[in-house]
Amino acid sequence: MEVTSTWYLVLGALIFGIGSVGLMVRRNPLVMFMCIELMLNAVNLTFVTFARSLDDVAGQTVVFFVLVVAAAEVTVGLGIIVAILRRRPQATVDDVSLMKG
Amino acid sequence: MELAVFLIAGAGALVGALGVVLRNNPVHAALSLVLTLFSIAVLFIAQEAHFLAAVQVIVYAGAVVVLFLFVIMLLGVERSEDLGVEPLKGQRPAAVIVGLAGVALVIAAIIAGGEDRITGARSENGALSAGDNILVLARSVFTDYVFAFEVTSALLAVAVVGAVMLARRPSSEGGATEARRPAGVDGER
Repeated sequence: MEVTSTWYLVLGALIFGIGSVGLMVRRNPLVMFMCIELMLNAVNLTFVTFARSLDDVAGQTVVFFVLVVAAAEVTVGLGIIVAILRRRPQATVDDVSLMKG
Repeated sequence: MELAVFLIAGAGALVGALGVVLRNNPVHAALSLVLTLFSIAVLFIAQEAHFLAAVQVIVYAGAVVVLFLFVIMLLGVERSEDLGVEPLKGQRPAAVIVGLAGVALVIAAIIAGGEDRITGARSENGALSAGDNILVLARSVFTDYVFAFEVTSALLAVAVVGAVMLARRPSSEGGATEARRPAGVDGER
């Protein structure tokens, strides 16, 4: 049996779905952040699959930039989470309803 | 061979993804995330994206997850979240239904599209098969996408400065007002 690009795309869709459900269900900000990383990775997998099936390097270039932006996003996001959780430990996202805490 | 690689790595990725969502303890969730990221790196190699696989392991499985674990340990939030409590009635089943519906739609589109689902034009000068993966990718990044590349370097610098600003303890008068605030005012729990 040959592994076609459809298999990779379905796997990417499944991981993306798991990540999005986790983002909606979980309330711990750190775990929600991890779910965002899951979704980003699912999309990266899709990009690489299309790059191979189109024989076009642009898909892999986009994944490269997604990696860079995700690293920057994690840095700033974790900084915000640290700033919030330092003031009120055990806060969930439901407690953070104001921009000015 | 590719079938075996796909099945093992795909199962690992799915198990890790489910672990991130279902594990109570944030540390376990982060370790499940490592499993998923590593499996995706294996799938990258199976699709001849060698450079991206290396970067995936180094940046994601290395740096990003270590950063997550560091924050978890720093804040001491490894206390488990009770997944049995449902704060908003009916929100959880609704979220699962919406997620499943979205996945079903995407998979239906993928399968209905068949093998000729791709309608975009192929690039003339960026063929992946033109040479080594790293060579082709580097040529693409440093010619067609060189402006985006430079902008991302500025983005990284801004992100570092922003993280330092956010994580710094408020020093002068801001710190004084923080200290005068009586304990337990905003610690409802």
